[in-house]
Amino acid sequence: MQILVQKTVRCALVILAVSALTFLMINLLPGDTAYIVGGEEATPADIEAIRKSLGLDQNIVVRYLTWLKNAASGDLGESYLTHEPVLSTIIARLPVTLELLIISQCMALILALPFGIVGAYRSNSMVDRLVNGIGFATLSIPSFVMALLTIYLFSIKLRWLPATGYVSLSANIGANLKSFVLPGLSIAMIEWVVLMRVLRSDMITTLGQDYILMAKAKGLPPWRVLLQHALRPSSFTLITVLGIQIGRHLGEAVIVETIFALPGIGRLLIDSIYARDYHMVQGCVLLITIGYVIINSVVDLLYTALDPRIRTEGGHAG
Amino acid sequence: MQDKDTGNRLGFTFWISIVWIVLVVFSALTASWWTIPEPDKMDWDNLSVRPGTVTDNAIFQNKTGKETSPYTYWLGTDTMGRDQVSRIVYGSRISLSVGLLAPMIGLLIGGLLGCLAGFYRGPLESTIVAAMDIILAFPGLVLLLAVTFYLGASLKNLIFSLGFLTIPVFCRVARAKTLALSGLEFVQAARLTGAGNMAIMLREIIPNVIVSVAIYGLLVVAFMIMAEGALSFLGLGIPSPTPSWGGMIAEGKEVLDESPHVSMIPAAIMFMTVISFNLIGDSLRSYFERGKHQI
Repeated sequence: MQILVQKTVRCALVILAVSALTFLMINLLPGDTAYIVGGEEATPADIEAIRKSLGLDQNIVVRYLTWLKNAASGDLGESYLTHEPVLSTIIARLPVTLELLIISQCMALILALPFGIVGAYRSNSMVDRLVNGIGFATLSIPSFVMALLTIYLFSIKLRWLPATGYVSLSANIGANLKSFVLPGLSIAMIEWVVLMRVLRSDMITTLGQDYILMAKAKGLPPWRVLLQHALRPSSFTLITVLGIQIGRHLGEAVIVETIFALPGIGRLLIDSIYARDYHMVQGCVLLITIGYVIINSVVDLLYTALDPRIRTEGGHAG
Repeated sequence: MQDKDTGNRLGFTFWISIVWIVLVVFSALTASWWTIPEPDKMDWDNLSVRPGTVTDNAIFQNKTGKETSPYTYWLGTDTMGRDQVSRIVYGSRISLSVGLLAPMIGLLIGGLLGCLAGFYRGPLESTIVAAMDIILAFPGLVLLLAVTFYLGASLKNLIFSLGFLTIPVFCRVARAKTLALSGLEFVQAARLTGAGNMAIMLREIIPNVIVSVAIYGLLVVAFMIMAEGALSFLGLGIPSPTPSWGGMIAEGKEVLDESPHVSMIPAAIMFMTVISFNLIGDSLRSYFERGKHQI
C-alpha cells in the first residue's frame, strides 16, 4: 500500500514537471506567439490586443498556473487552423494509436514466443545462433526503414496488402484490421527481438529447475514440458518488458502512422508540426507524455504485484 | 554474438565493422576531393536511373566553370537526377557529426553527473536521479520532435537536443559503475593514504568509469544515427538541399515501386554503419568483461 502511494506521488510529480517543460517549450519560441497568431498583416495595435487576449502581458509563472488550471479542467486551447478544441481532436485520434499498439505488440509476441522457446530448448544450436544473429541485425534497422521494407515486400512485390488506405473500425472490421497489418508488422518485426531475448534467457533458467527434470522423467513429450510447465514461470519479465515497450512505442507510432497514413495521435503531431499549429503540438506532446508516464508507472506496479521477489509484504506465491 | 568468439580475441565481425567505419569516416572527410558531381547537381536526362548507368555529359563544377564529361552513376541517381554516390558521401557528414558529437555531450555531462551521484550519494544523488527521471519520462522521439520544432532544426540544435536526450542514459551507466567501484579496495586504499574526495574522483574513479561509459557510448552512436535518420525522414532534420541519409530514404519512398534503389541504397548504407557501431560496442564490451574475469 505504501509503495502504491509512493509511486502515485512520484508519477504525479513527474507529470507536473513534464507539464512545466511542455509549457516552457512553447514560450521559448523564437519571436512572440502574438506575431504568429496575428499573421503578417497585423498592426502593432492588433498585436497588443492579441497579447492581452492571450494573457502574454502577464508574468510567466502566472501564465503557467492559468494554463495548468485550464489544462487540468480539460481545456488545452484550440487549433489555430481548424479552431477545434485541442483535447477533443486528440481524443478522437486516440483509438487508432491504441489499436496500432495492441496489434503490433500481439504480432511481436507471436514472433517472439516460438523463437524464444526453441532458442532456450536448444540453446547454442544452429537455429538459436541464427535467430540471435538475425535479431542483432534487426535491432540495427530503424523503424522507418523496416516500414519501407514491409511495403516493398508485401505491398509492391507480393501485392498482398495495400500500403495505405485506412478504414475505421466502425465502418468495416475486416477492412480495418487489414489496414493495420503492415503498420503493425513493421513495428513487430523490430519489437520481437527484445521479447525473444528476454523469454529465452528466463526460460533457460526455468529449464534448469528440478520440477522440469521431474516432468521430463515422467516421460512427458518436450512440447508439453515447454508449454505447460516452463512457459508460465518464465514469462514474468516478458510481461514487464511488453508493458515498457508499449510506452516506448508511442514514439515509433509517430513514424509508422505517418508512413502508412493512419490517422492516429502520432500523425496528428507530425501534421501539426508541418502546419506549425503550436497549441496542437503542445497538446500532443503533453498527452503522449502523460500516457507514457502512466503506462510506465502501471507496469512498474504490476511487476511489483506479480513478482514475489520484489513484493515487500511477504507471502509465498506458488 | 558473444558465444561465437571464444578466447580473449576480438572477432572477425569486429574488424570488418572497424574497416567499414574507417571507410565511412574517410569518405566523409575527403568528399570534396572526389571527382563526383555536387550533391545538389541535377541531371534531368537521368532521373532515378539504375546503379551503373553511364552518362556522356555529367556536369562537374570546376574552378574554370562548368565542365561536362562521361560519368558512371555507380549507385544510380535519385528522383531529381542527383548522383547517389555524391549524396551518400556528403550525407555521411551529417550522420557522422550528429552521431558522434551528440553522444559526446551526453557522455561529458551525463558521465560527470553519474560519477558525482555515485560518489557523493545523499541529497545530491537523489536530486540528480530525480532530474534524470524527468528527462526519461518523455518518450525520446516525441521530445526530440518538440525541441527541434520549437528551436528550429539546424545542425547545432540537432546535436545539442540529441545530446541532451542521451544525458540520462550515460548518467545511469556512470552512476552504477561508480557505485560498484566506490566499495573496492583500491578506492579505500587511496582514502587511507589521505587522498581527498577530489583526488579520488579524478585519479581512481573517473579513469575506471570512462572505459565502460565510452564503450556504451558506441551503442548510443548507433542509436543517434538512427534517430537523426528518422528526423530527416520525416522532413524535420537538417533542411534540404543538404543531403542526409534519412532524407534520401524518404525521397525514394515515392518511387519504391519502379526504382527501389533510390531508398534502399542509402538504407543499406545506414544499416551497415549502425550495425558496425553496434558490433564494435558489443565486441568491446564482452572483450573487457572477459578481461576482468581473468584478474
